[in-house]
Amino acid sequence: MNAGAKVKLLLKRPRINAATKAHSTHPIWFIVPAFFFLIIFFIVPTVLNFVYSFTDWSSFKTEVNFSGFSNFTQLFSSGNLVADLRITILYAVLVAVFQNLFGFALALLLERDTLLNRIARAAFFIPVIMSALAVGYVFQAVLEPKGPVNSLFSFILGRPVEIPWLYDTSWTIVVVSVIHAWKWMGLAMLIFLAGLKTIDGEVLEAARIDGASWFQTLRTIRFPLLAPAITFNVATSLLGSMNSFDIVQATTQGGPGGTTELLNIYIVRAFGQGLFAQATAMSLVLLIMVMVLAFPLIWSLRKREQIL
Amino acid sequence: MLINALQRPSRIFQPLAVLLTMIFSLGVPFWVIIVTAGKSAVEARQPNLALPSQWEFGKNISTTFSEGNMGVASLGSLLLLIPSVFGVLLLGAMASWVLARRKTRGLSIAYTIGISGVIVPPAIVPIVLLLKQIGLQGTPLGLIGVYIGMYMSTVIFFITGFIRTIPIELEEAARVDGANPMRVFFRIIFPLLGPVIATATILVSLFIWNDVFYALFVVGGRLDTLPLNLYQVASSGLYLQNWNLIFSYILLMTLPMLLVFIFAQRRIISGVTSGAVK
Repeated sequence: MNAGAKVKLLLKRPRINAATKAHSTHPIWFIVPAFFFLIIFFIVPTVLNFVYSFTDWSSFKTEVNFSGFSNFTQLFSSGNLVADLRITILYAVLVAVFQNLFGFALALLLERDTLLNRIARAAFFIPVIMSALAVGYVFQAVLEPKGPVNSLFSFILGRPVEIPWLYDTSWTIVVVSVIHAWKWMGLAMLIFLAGLKTIDGEVLEAARIDGASWFQTLRTIRFPLLAPAITFNVATSLLGSMNSFDIVQATTQGGPGGTTELLNIYIVRAFGQGLFAQATAMSLVLLIMVMVLAFPLIWSLRKREQIL
Repeated sequence: MLINALQRPSRIFQPLAVLLTMIFSLGVPFWVIIVTAGKSAVEARQPNLALPSQWEFGKNISTTFSEGNMGVASLGSLLLLIPSVFGVLLLGAMASWVLARRKTRGLSIAYTIGISGVIVPPAIVPIVLLLKQIGLQGTPLGLIGVYIGMYMSTVIFFITGFIRTIPIELEEAARVDGANPMRVFFRIIFPLLGPVIATATILVSLFIWNDVFYALFVVGGRLDTLPLNLYQVASSGLYLQNWNLIFSYILLMTLPMLLVFIFAQRRIISGVTSGAVK
């Protein structure tokens, strides 16, 4: 053996040792049971989603055959694909806007640590822990044409008000997105509050001494420093509401006239009718849409972690 | 006092604004739930803000048990919740330990796959097909597997981050004393995971307790759970607009999670905000 090879071997040895050491101290079989469940019940179905979207799988046939893009062309020509996709994106954007607007306003309102504020923060978190289905039913009752909200408006305005909150083909999508935002605004509030706490008090004090108003410090100092909280809130509310079902099902069931039919509402309906392949094709549309938006998010989450 | 109030009008207006916001945004829905749950069927048909002429709360609650199968549904929900939460946390914690400590390329890829489910939505229709093929469709066992697979990513994401903050010297000291990996994990690491396990338990429990979407696909019509029964009670013709029963059901179903929230408020809040603002 020549000297060069010897040096190489010497250099190599500690690495082998480190690898075998890690192998015995942190054995790989510790991750096997977790990945068994993850792969069987999550990864494999996700892969199958791509396969079954191109078949004619339904409850009316015993065998499953490939059918190319026919599910997608059918969804496209029936108008469901474009309409439901448009409604889902509109819903997600509206939810993201309202949830963050409400959450941010609540965070500013409840910023100081008084007893009342602490009670209010806990109270605004109650909708977050409630079932979304239950929240939907509550608002179905509260927003009835002759229900509590309209009677409150009638009382305040002094004339009978019967707004059809959940029966309007153009505005009901906005109403249901506000309900969704109402359920989750407590979470957005908490994240904004945590973000506000990370801002150095001395910086704000200095700005105040220099004569900056409350609004000026908010706009020029606090808002830019809240960037991570805003990113997190916008991303989670956008992606979370795309996969929504419960609230819309409980309030409108996709109506009136299909104007609130989210992708998941269609998927449940098509599946119930035995159109399995069409339901799968629509869930592929949802998957792709979320992934297109999600990859930058996963990347930034991982990056943030590396900084830590 | 007066000068102080004039100098800082927010000291007076802020509490007033808080109270008004609470009354209009939370007070109205919560009030409607409580008064309607106490009404008779006739009075509850048209939901309003009025108090019930006679509180029939007890009667409504007993109807949710006798006709809405509340008791069976609670057991069904617990039957799904307990094994799912136990499984996902134990297996997730074990995997996270190795994923946090070993820094090879393969395991880095495994970690990325492991946390993919934090954002990627589960493909529910192929899940049903898969469960059919392995004979688990319509069974609690199948849904438990789905929940474990679905929330594994969230658990791995939370716990791996936490383990990285635990000094490795703690493990090495035990290893010098001759402890094997099982012993190191269960005696040294696992007890230190208390806070993150508590947070993840609460979050995953909340998801599973309130889930109706995945339950509908996998065990709908075969197993009673609280959200599934609420869905049936509210959408079946027989109970249509029996708001007194629907709201009694909602009250009872929310109560356990509300109690958990009251006792574990601090933990929940620090859990949901950790990592979000850095």
